Amino acid sequence: MALLTKKDANLILDPLTDNNPITIQVLGICSALAITAELEASIVMAISVIFVMGLGNVVISLMRDIIPSKIRIIVQLIVVATLVIIVDQVLKAYAYELSKTLGAFIGLIITNCIIMGRFEAFALANGPWKSFLDGIGNALGYGIILIIVGFFRELLGSGTLLGYPVLGDPIMKTGLYATGYENNGFMIIPPAALIVVGILIWVQRSRNPALIEEN
Amino acid sequence: MSLKTTMHDLKMKYKGKKMAPAINAFHTFLFTPDETTHSGSHVRGADDLKRTMNTVIMALVPVLLFSVFNAGYQHFSAINGFPENFSLMEHFLTWDNAWIGIIKILPLLAVSYGVGLIVEFIFAVIKGHEVEEGYLVTGILVPLIVPIDTPLWMLAVAVVFGVVIGKEVFGGTGMNILNPALTIRAFLFFAYPTWMSGDKVWVHEARERSEAILAGATNVDAISGETILGYLAQNNEAAMAAKYSLSDMFFGFIPGSVGETPTFLILLGGLFLIFSKIASWRIMLSAVLGSLVMGLMFNQVVEMGWVTETSKFYGLMNFDFWKHLIVGGLAFGIVYMATDPVTGAQTNRGKWFYGFFIGFLSVMIRVFNPAYPEGVFLAILLMNVFAPTIDHYVVRGNVNKRLKRLKNAVVIPKDSDSAAKELKAETV
Repeated sequence: MALLTKKDANLILDPLTDNNPITIQVLGICSALAITAELEASIVMAISVIFVMGLGNVVISLMRDIIPSKIRIIVQLIVVATLVIIVDQVLKAYAYELSKTLGAFIGLIITNCIIMGRFEAFALANGPWKSFLDGIGNALGYGIILIIVGFFRELLGSGTLLGYPVLGDPIMKTGLYATGYENNGFMIIPPAALIVVGILIWVQRSRNPALIEEN
Repeated sequence: MSLKTTMHDLKMKYKGKKMAPAINAFHTFLFTPDETTHSGSHVRGADDLKRTMNTVIMALVPVLLFSVFNAGYQHFSAINGFPENFSLMEHFLTWDNAWIGIIKILPLLAVSYGVGLIVEFIFAVIKGHEVEEGYLVTGILVPLIVPIDTPLWMLAVAVVFGVVIGKEVFGGTGMNILNPALTIRAFLFFAYPTWMSGDKVWVHEARERSEAILAGATNVDAISGETILGYLAQNNEAAMAAKYSLSDMFFGFIPGSVGETPTFLILLGGLFLIFSKIASWRIMLSAVLGSLVMGLMFNQVVEMGWVTETSKFYGLMNFDFWKHLIVGGLAFGIVYMATDPVTGAQTNRGKWFYGFFIGFLSVMIRVFNPAYPEGVFLAILLMNVFAPTIDHYVVRGNVNKRLKRLKNAVVIPKDSDSAAKELKAETV
């Protein structure tokens, strides 16, 4: 453990499993529902959020002593907006088609509750290195769920993965389609993401009953 | 060794083990349990869950039998044309018709029960509770509300989804928010829309015939099996009226989902359920009222000249308001789905609201969304979600009413009349 102490490693690992921003804290659901119909969009969204959260947490952490507490939300918004615009411009320049698919949702990273939540709860009280790890960890936890949901929705809904027809051609009836299989149109529409996330939450909590909230 | 002793031995062998619920379920399904109460005297009603479910199934049997014959009747009529002088014995209750129905509907029924009960058994074993009878009705409802040519694997996928997401995640029978049969229908509709809507799915092999025509076959007749609502959604009431008479619609000799067409038999089933006190007459009556009110409003809109024949809503809006009850799945939904005691409203006043909005919204969805010419399942699912809210406000309303009464209540002292009058005057 030369690179990371155990405590630091937990900053990254916890959000991946037992403190996942989506399945445990139930934050950032909107984008998880909206853009996970395709795996590629999920992956790009995950990378964008990792970038924004990692850097954003560092910037906020560095400025934490000079931000007046009264206007801290505005400062946080400016930081995250700057980073999001960078992501948006990069996507427009190098992956135009994809940025059209993601549409407003890249811009809406600004309103992603996970980001503001981590700024408030962690970066304002911890040093830059820890904040960086925390940001990366939470963004990874978010991204992993996005990718799992995107995987199932694209596979079952369109019969493709990253655009490659893995199940055969639905029009020419090759591969699995020759047996009468058909794509599940339900998986394309956003409610399906809600159900897939729900199933993930269910599976996770039944594997680890300690996570079940009391009510 | 008889089956009974075999089952009993098995039950003893697995007592307290993981598979116990599954064995117990088979045992109680086949035989009356021999457990007796050991202490005290207890009055027991005979109308347990099993009796309730069986009564609903009995009310559904005529519909199922009719649909078996109707499947063949629609199939042969699509090929040869509808018979000129229709006679029930000669054209409808024939072996040919029944055979088509049996080979198409029996597999649907088998898949529905088979898959559904497997899921129920798995959950009972995992969770360690007894297998509940909840699926008995769902299992027979499902084949009746899908198109006849629904592929069996699609039905199986939908049943797994419906039972797990619609029921088991909420805690099983009696805890579900949504009607499982309708959850299954909704899943099929949104997952495989080409198999669940349009004019090629309601009659056996209609899809194959239309594909053959497209491919250039000339020996196939081009009659498709459009439903009545489908005709109306295309503003084609004349073609519909030429093909189906009012009595066809009422007695169910029309294409549609397997068992939704025979309004007459559904009506009998509904009366049976009302008199056996299984289903709520309040829900049925208010749902009928709701659909009539909405239908009347649409008729009125046409009468006022706000909607003309050029409008895409004209066909359905101009449809006489009471006829909405005898086409599509409205009657079936009202009698067998809306009255589900678990997912419906529980309070008597709530049932009026719940039922009324089911009828009201069903007709509204029918008219305004030609993509969903059959809105009944959506309306019922929506009201399923709102049923607890309705109940909450009914109960709150009652509490508030009584609180008000309590505030106005005056305790009148017995010995002093004048003091009492004074006190009363003050509070009034």
